[in-house]
Amino acid sequence: MTAAELPRWLEILISALLIFGGLTAVLGALGLVRFKSFFTRLHAPTKTSTLGVGGVLLGSMVYLNWISDMAVIHQVLIAVFVFMTAPISAHQMAKAMLDANPEMRPPLPESGQADSSRLGSTNVTAAHTGQDHDQIGPPAQRPAHD
Amino acid sequence: MIGMAISFALFLFAAAMLLAAWRLLQGPDILDRVLALDTLYTNAIAVVILLGLKFATQLYFDAALLMAMLGFIGTVVTARFVGRGDVIDHD
Repeated sequence: MTAAELPRWLEILISALLIFGGLTAVLGALGLVRFKSFFTRLHAPTKTSTLGVGGVLLGSMVYLNWISDMAVIHQVLIAVFVFMTAPISAHQMAKAMLDANPEMRPPLPESGQADSSRLGSTNVTAAHTGQDHDQIGPPAQRPAHD
Repeated sequence: MIGMAISFALFLFAAAMLLAAWRLLQGPDILDRVLALDTLYTNAIAVVILLGLKFATQLYFDAALLMAMLGFIGTVVTARFVGRGDVIDHD
């Protein structure tokens, strides 16, 4: 397994993929160190470390499949597993933070008016004001009290 | 050239793991430490893959697959335990 028989453009491609993965991981770790609150810190490395590992896996996959005569699929398995599980673990950490500190949860928007005017649906306004639920389309006049 | 690229990528991942280890020691909350451990796991997968390229052996990729699975399970279980005090819902 020597690199002597590789063409030049393939060497450059594999090296660029590996170094791109390393730079992305450093970027995510910098975000993990530098950011101020937990949720921004959660945002930084969970995305970029996935991309860094993806770059390294892609580079090694190209390299090994060019070198060896039979197909190497370990990298595909690892890449699929990492790309499936990284958002789940990030979601679990965010949910655990919100469960442990309920005062960090942002307040709910006020019901009724803002949502129905933005989405253009009549269901919220109709249920709120007791109008007919079967009405489709914008209401004839918007109720004045909200 | 690929050997130099592998060495430089190993250096970059080592720097990223050092930064994550700083957050692991420093972190004000438990979940910061859990997040730092998750980042360390993900970077260690890449380091093991790069070492497998460097030493030209297929054995390291199975280790990387095992580390991916164990890191995910450890992160999810620890986050659930910290968040709600219980891992499995008993209802």
